Amino acid sequence: MSQGKVKVIVLRTAGTNCDHEAAFAFESCGARPRLVHINQLLCKEVHLQDFHILAIPGGFTYGDDLGSGRILANELRLKLGEDVRSFIEAKKLIIGICNGFQVLVPAGILPGAAEGAGFAQRATLTNNDSGKFEDRWVYLKVEGNSVWTQGLGDVVYLPVAHAEGKFVPADDGVLAQLKQNGQVAFRYCDPRGGKPVYPENPNGSVDDIAGITDKTGRVLGLMPHPERHFLFTRHPFWTRLSLPAGKAGPNGKYGHGAKIFENGVQYVKKHLL
Amino acid sequence: MIWRVEIKQKAGVFDVAGAGIQKDIVDLGVNFVHKVEVIQVYNIEGSISEGQVTRICRELFVDCITQEYAYCRLNEWRVSDAKAAADRRAIEIAYNPGVMDPVEESALKGIRDLGIAQVQAVRRARRYLLYGNIPAQDLEIVTSKVLSNKLIQHVVTDPRGQKTFLFAKPKESFALIQVDLLGANDKKLKATSHDGQLFLNLNEMKAIHAHFKKLGRNPTDCELETIAQTWSEHCYHKTFRGNIRYRENGKTKTRLIRNLLKSTIVKATKEINKSWCVSVFHDNAGVIKFDKDMHVCFKVETHNHPSALEPFGGANTGVGGVIRDILGTGLGAKPVCGTDVFCFAPPDMDFAELPPGTLHPKRIMKGVVGGVRDYGNKMGIPTVNGAILFDKRFVGNPLVYCGSVGLIPKNRVRKKVRKGDLIVVVGGKTGRDGIHGATFSSGELTENSEVVSSGAVQIGDPIQEKKVLDALMQARDKNLYTAITDCGAGGLSSAVGEMAGRPSKRGSVLGARVDLDKVPLKYQGLNYDEIWISESQERMVLSVPPRNWKAFQEIFAGENVEATALGEFGGSKRLELFFKGRQVCDLDMTFLHNGVPKITKEAYWHSPKLARPRLSKSVDLNIKLREVLSHYNVCSKESVIRQYDHEVQGASVIKPLAGARCDGPSDASVLAPRLGSVKGIAISNGINVRYGMIDPCWMAASCIDEAIRQIIAVGGDIRQIAILDNFCWGNPDKPDRLGGLVRAAEGCYKAAAGYKVPFISGKDSLYNEYTQNGKSLAIPGTLLISAIGIIADVTKTVTMDFKNPGNLIYCAGKTYDELGGSIYLDTFGLLGNAVPKVNFQQGNKIFTAVSKAVKSGLVRSAHDCSEGGLGAALAEMAFSGGYGATIRLDKVPYKGKDKRNDTVLFAESNSRLILEVEPGNQKKFERLFQGSACAVIGVVDQTPGLVVYGLAGEVCIHSTLDVLKQAWQRPLQG
Repeated sequence: MSQGKVKVIVLRTAGTNCDHEAAFAFESCGARPRLVHINQLLCKEVHLQDFHILAIPGGFTYGDDLGSGRILANELRLKLGEDVRSFIEAKKLIIGICNGFQVLVPAGILPGAAEGAGFAQRATLTNNDSGKFEDRWVYLKVEGNSVWTQGLGDVVYLPVAHAEGKFVPADDGVLAQLKQNGQVAFRYCDPRGGKPVYPENPNGSVDDIAGITDKTGRVLGLMPHPERHFLFTRHPFWTRLSLPAGKAGPNGKYGHGAKIFENGVQYVKKHLL
Repeated sequence: MIWRVEIKQKAGVFDVAGAGIQKDIVDLGVNFVHKVEVIQVYNIEGSISEGQVTRICRELFVDCITQEYAYCRLNEWRVSDAKAAADRRAIEIAYNPGVMDPVEESALKGIRDLGIAQVQAVRRARRYLLYGNIPAQDLEIVTSKVLSNKLIQHVVTDPRGQKTFLFAKPKESFALIQVDLLGANDKKLKATSHDGQLFLNLNEMKAIHAHFKKLGRNPTDCELETIAQTWSEHCYHKTFRGNIRYRENGKTKTRLIRNLLKSTIVKATKEINKSWCVSVFHDNAGVIKFDKDMHVCFKVETHNHPSALEPFGGANTGVGGVIRDILGTGLGAKPVCGTDVFCFAPPDMDFAELPPGTLHPKRIMKGVVGGVRDYGNKMGIPTVNGAILFDKRFVGNPLVYCGSVGLIPKNRVRKKVRKGDLIVVVGGKTGRDGIHGATFSSGELTENSEVVSSGAVQIGDPIQEKKVLDALMQARDKNLYTAITDCGAGGLSSAVGEMAGRPSKRGSVLGARVDLDKVPLKYQGLNYDEIWISESQERMVLSVPPRNWKAFQEIFAGENVEATALGEFGGSKRLELFFKGRQVCDLDMTFLHNGVPKITKEAYWHSPKLARPRLSKSVDLNIKLREVLSHYNVCSKESVIRQYDHEVQGASVIKPLAGARCDGPSDASVLAPRLGSVKGIAISNGINVRYGMIDPCWMAASCIDEAIRQIIAVGGDIRQIAILDNFCWGNPDKPDRLGGLVRAAEGCYKAAAGYKVPFISGKDSLYNEYTQNGKSLAIPGTLLISAIGIIADVTKTVTMDFKNPGNLIYCAGKTYDELGGSIYLDTFGLLGNAVPKVNFQQGNKIFTAVSKAVKSGLVRSAHDCSEGGLGAALAEMAFSGGYGATIRLDKVPYKGKDKRNDTVLFAESNSRLILEVEPGNQKKFERLFQGSACAVIGVVDQTPGLVVYGLAGEVCIHSTLDVLKQAWQRPLQG
């Protein structure tokens, strides 16, 4: 691999399916993404430490057969736990989108280990209150101070597409910690940033939580798909909005999700290269 | 040892599955069940300790935050429900032995990942606790209609009875069965076909008889099955390729049609001769040019019969099947989107009206939608387009059309098997599922079908197919194989038979030698003929040169996909199969592919005698507009669309739902499948059975017009559109059914040639009839036209929602007094007689002008005018945009004797679009339409209401948008 490039590993396995668009998003921001099957990590053909950003994209890993993300979560925890831990300790970045979030949570990587403990599950993403898979666009209030969400603005518009996205913390203590540490990154909201009702909160998540980080803000997991609003023309009613004249600004060529990937790449350039 | 684990939601956690089941029970009309709890049961077989069971539960099976679990040794399990309150019943349902449950394989992997190696089998069940005072009869109904499908599942009365979940050891020996044909008379031949579920007619049986008589031996069962599969209507399309003696309307003169397909559909494509058609009719999908690197391919299939019996599984494997068509096109294309169209009986149909042995349309719809959702979403292929049509006559034969679009590199379109190539099967293992699918779909359904043809039900495993896709794309790009085809109807027999060479003018016939013992099996005990014709899903067959075999295997192993060499393609011109060292099949390839006796069928078309309906002069059009919007065929399908992931792959530019609140009905869907490029494709469809009840010829033309104008509406170009035909018809051996089919095919020719829009692929599913007590119920002749358009720049496309108050509303295209088959007349229970016709010259002018206007940025919104006419189109544009409109019917370009407001408002004349234009662009816009019917009919209003002035200047509709939107959204909401 060449020097000076932001290297992103887009981790895939059976049932991963948003890998190409995630890679496209990183690549468009100047990074060098590589799609890597978990088998390649397990047989040590590829090494996690050679990358700066670990992206776990959406999909239905292993069919979500024993609960969404569960089997891949166990593989990460049991077979690659040390590698993931040192990856985080090296101040590198992790992003889990949709199914990727559903992997990070049962693996215990999010919301992150309690002080001095190993990875342990402290929250879950369970069945939507509607009882079904839904593909719809949601407004999200940006909170916290994660490297991933810098400069996103107050409210962003992204799609969700899942059946199991209801965020439930293990207990009130976990929830209180999340708030206290500023680990809530995205909350579902109404178009003006106010309190949402269904379907604005599409799944019944506790406290309208759509995405969280670990304590450092460098590990982000979220149910909505920023890579699906990477380009302006993916906005569901872009034909009603006027394209800003002149240069393609963040809302010209690019959509609301683009900044998240750009932030990841910029962070690496500034701190890790 | 077997451990039994039971998992349920913790107290206070919403039981989604239970609530869903409870709702289904209420939908069934059973009101005694007020609550349902679902318990997941896992039986784990293997010598593992209690500690290991706990670990499997805590770290794998159970979400400890929302669920709790209990376990015991299976033989010590106690029926804890026995003592339960009188108002609780427990029903446990498990899959039948041999039915594949992908979850079990995942569970085994998950357990191995925990470092526990001794588990041999995991078998799932579901235990339902039903609360309420439930009469025994209702319990039986609930069990058979909601909780289980006896084709694939059974009720577990006492779980302790199960000693092992492992299959018995295979038998070492087998008997080669020969079928006595040589000594058979006609009666015996017929009986042989019937009893063996071969669905071959007497002539065909006689041809087989003659062939083997020449050889001086009887065929093996395997040989006979192979011939039946290859010659089935499903695989060979005997009706479309055979002779038809056609006669019309009491005339005595008959016309002989040799090969209906070549004389209509294919003929149009040949005449049009588009340079961008790359591969038409001969591969798994039609291929056209896309951009400088890629071609795009499109295929639509039907999966009707399986979906009638097991809606979820049928639709699930229907989607899986058509995706494999795309994977098997050329050297393999990458699927980029799906389109799925269904025809059901109305969801509010009375249970008393259901023929015995049929499922309620509501259950069928739920299952079918679920099946499509499951496969498409899990494969990561967006379902971007579709339609749902309701008509009572689909009650015994629902229709499920599944379509898929793929991208393929330009240099991967041609395939050719070479002598010496290995015959390789990749993907899923082979089991007993789907046996006789091809022949089964070539016959009529009866009330006994669900018993007799139970083997025809298949279960899908989308993750397996996703793995195949992931591996295949790598092998393709490394050029490791010479040809590929999908394993669909007929299983290996069709796939290998086809690849070994269908004799053609250019190509020579090869031959194949297969060791059936090598086929990876789901379980032991399958006989050679079962292995050969099984339709187990998620398998592809490839020809791999021996020098590439190692590299090929490595790629598939890297994705955990099984790849097995079964034999090789050779020059013998014979199909030779071996099992346990003995030859079980030795067929001449030429006879297999060319030996079908050409048949001649009779067709008769008789125009129905239909009167012009007389309607009252004082119809309240406010009420009627709401009724039209609430019609099942017009109303919002949002509750279905939202369940499909229509945005995965990140390419959707115009989504199926549009407008200010993302809930308006888009015309065509538009994607830009190569991320970063603005080049796009638009996908649409046209389907309407009511026109066909008046005249199938104009039905076909109307469907083609509709599919085209939906693409025009988003900004497509008529010179860049290709179409697919999909006929679903009744029994073609009945002359009246076949007569309608001929007329529809001729309508296809007329419209395709008229618009110079070529067909690139197609399919037919015949014998869609349901026989009950000797009486046959046929579906209405149904034609689905699917269209694909190439979009030069997706940033120039438009949606259908009104954008700005003050903009002008144009109607392009002429309206005629054509209420025949309209939704409007259907709200009176009438059909009418004036079916919409198409003037291709006028239509072409309109479409060309609209394309130019959209491309030049002169159009702010455009909507196709179809079912429900102007009235429905205007209402949809208004409530989707959140802006009202004032419309004057006297300004609508109209030609007809009937000077009635309702005719102008609801006639479904073809080639019309409604367009929104800014006042400043009026002149530029109108210049494009010189010589065509196109006029300003109103203006977009800030006020959220629709006001329509009638022909005499009176207000005939005045309604708020909320009321109209509600009428449109309510019928199929959630």
